[in-house]
Amino acid sequence: MTASIQLQQDTATQYLLRLGDTCLILGQRLGEWCGHGPVLEEDIALTNMALDLIGQARALLSHAGAGQGLDEDQLAFLRDERDYRNPTLVELPRGDFAFTVQRNLMAATLLKLLWQRLQTSTDAELAAIAGKAVKEARYHQQHAADWVVRLGDGTAESARRSQAALAQLWRYVPELFDADAVDDAAAASGLGPRWADVQADWQAEVGAVLAEAGLQPPVGSAFRSTGKRGVHTEHMGHLLATMQHLQRAYPGGVW
Amino acid sequence: MTNPETRTEWPLWEVFVRSRAGLDHKHCGSLHAADAAMAIQMARDVYTRRQEGCSLWVVPSAQITASDPGDKDMYFDPAEDKVYRHPTFYKLPSEVDHM
Amino acid sequence: MYTQAMDTMPKELGEAPKTLRSAEELALQQRFDARIDAGDFIEAKDWMPDNYRKTLLRQISQHAHSEIVGMLPEGNWISRAPTLKRKAILLAKVQDEGGHGLYLYAAAETLGTSRDQMIDALHTGRAKYSSIFNYPTLSWADIGTIGWLVDGAAIMNQVPICRCSYAPYARAMIRICREESFHQRQGYDSLLVMMQQGTDAQRAMVQDAVNRWWWPCLMMFGPPDDQSPNSAQGMRWGIKRVSNDTLRQKFVDATVDQARVLGVTLPDPDLTWNEARQHWDFGAIDWPEFFRVVAGDGPCNQDRLANRVQAWDDGAWVREAALAHAQKQATRQQAA
Repeated sequence: MTASIQLQQDTATQYLLRLGDTCLILGQRLGEWCGHGPVLEEDIALTNMALDLIGQARALLSHAGAGQGLDEDQLAFLRDERDYRNPTLVELPRGDFAFTVQRNLMAATLLKLLWQRLQTSTDAELAAIAGKAVKEARYHQQHAADWVVRLGDGTAESARRSQAALAQLWRYVPELFDADAVDDAAAASGLGPRWADVQADWQAEVGAVLAEAGLQPPVGSAFRSTGKRGVHTEHMGHLLATMQHLQRAYPGGVW
Repeated sequence: MTNPETRTEWPLWEVFVRSRAGLDHKHCGSLHAADAAMAIQMARDVYTRRQEGCSLWVVPSAQITASDPGDKDMYFDPAEDKVYRHPTFYKLPSEVDHM
Repeated sequence: MYTQAMDTMPKELGEAPKTLRSAEELALQQRFDARIDAGDFIEAKDWMPDNYRKTLLRQISQHAHSEIVGMLPEGNWISRAPTLKRKAILLAKVQDEGGHGLYLYAAAETLGTSRDQMIDALHTGRAKYSSIFNYPTLSWADIGTIGWLVDGAAIMNQVPICRCSYAPYARAMIRICREESFHQRQGYDSLLVMMQQGTDAQRAMVQDAVNRWWWPCLMMFGPPDDQSPNSAQGMRWGIKRVSNDTLRQKFVDATVDQARVLGVTLPDPDLTWNEARQHWDFGAIDWPEFFRVVAGDGPCNQDRLANRVQAWDDGAWVREAALAHAQKQATRQQAA
């Protein structure tokens, strides 16, 4: 049984892991649709997006681990659950197609807005990653937005499912824009923007799509999810148990 | 009576890709999509996975008019009779036969 | 990718039609035969014999179904891929298979059917898919083994079809074959790394996978020639180019060397080099097992079909919504 790695959680590392883990965990969830999509063409589209996200995760995790002598796979597969820094939104089970496309819309919009600003990061490698990723995020956002509108403004059934999905997802949004010391340090050093800095644009863009889809966000609650701080939901344990299994079960394995 | 199979079937679209500037759009296959925006996105996902196709056209299959091969004699055979138009009619010495 | 010699064709498609034929139809038939003999291509709107059309439709659609069902045994390991690189490779491979299915459905539709009709045939058991996918993927090494052996066998089956007389099928196959060699190489590479650089446990995993997949892969080439009465008609029409036994022998010959480089033992005690024939002799294939699995009685048949039916049923509301929205948009545009 391979033990968990220990890593330093300085603010720069945490900032990178928040991004990298968002891509990694969302990619993992999207990959679950493979072979189960509502139509073959969408199966291919979702898998395409999973592939893009895994690619982004690889670049970010490699970069995050470099300073500590850890590679992308050690970070992806051998961390303890508390050391994953994705926002809770992306670890939720994939749900039905309405849930998936809405979560995609929220995540892709966030990532796109962050990547846009990260292109001018003082960290040259992060800026380079952002330059490539922003194009992919734009495409993901477009695809998700088109589907949110189709389903919100489709049949009575799809509208019902869309409204239900939105009600479930909305309470996980505030966490995305909470500010803390990690963001402050990143903004101060020029590593990247506070996630809160993109909130206004995010609300405008996502709001426009929801309006076109005829969907109404629920009233906000005071609930705050805590994935970015490493405290996850019950879903995360199962996700990691699956994802990490082979690395844990084959100590010293070479793949 | 509505055919239950067609009630929910997405229409068929033909896909044309121009893979590089300067080339023609080539027909590369078809796919099912509910609307034009979806057809373009799907065409990108399905038919340009390995290279950046620089231009995509999608056309509802029902919108395409094709020549009827039964009329082939009328449209095409006259050219067949005129052998001298074909490059293979001219037997070139092997040293220059690469044209 | 996952084609299998579809010699299990229903008898009625192989028989000559009993009705009287007009002089015009006989002339068309002669012209058709002449074109086939000359190695010409038949396109979608050309005249073709009814049995040619039906045979092709069946073969192409079943080939498409194989690609789609084939996404399931491999998709089973996406969430557990042991490294991010392997996860990305597997995602790309399975995505390719979906794309291949799509090219083939498109080619089949040119013969006068619809995607929904073909899917319905699959879901109700009237249409078949390659029986290799009725076996389970029990370990990560199964994924590499599928790439090496199953894709390897599929490539061997497929390359001749690139010269199929029916052009839309041939074109789809050319596109597929171009994308296919990456699949086999990646599978083999994954096994090579485990065998050469991995642990004893990994090596045991690889050998176990080979033990389970070898014989089903040999069955992918279909029944022996002398039990494949419809091959002759397929050859006559330029649909089938090479016989089952010839392809199977070619596959064994190529694979024995690859197995030696890997350091795995193929689970056939009768595998011996025949100096006179200049080929590898191999042991008896369990044909009753093959026919049982083709008939629906394999380890995973029910699960595979149930998965596909569920995905389709679960997706009905999505497909309907997309159409409804498109219709609403069209109405709005007309009103504007």
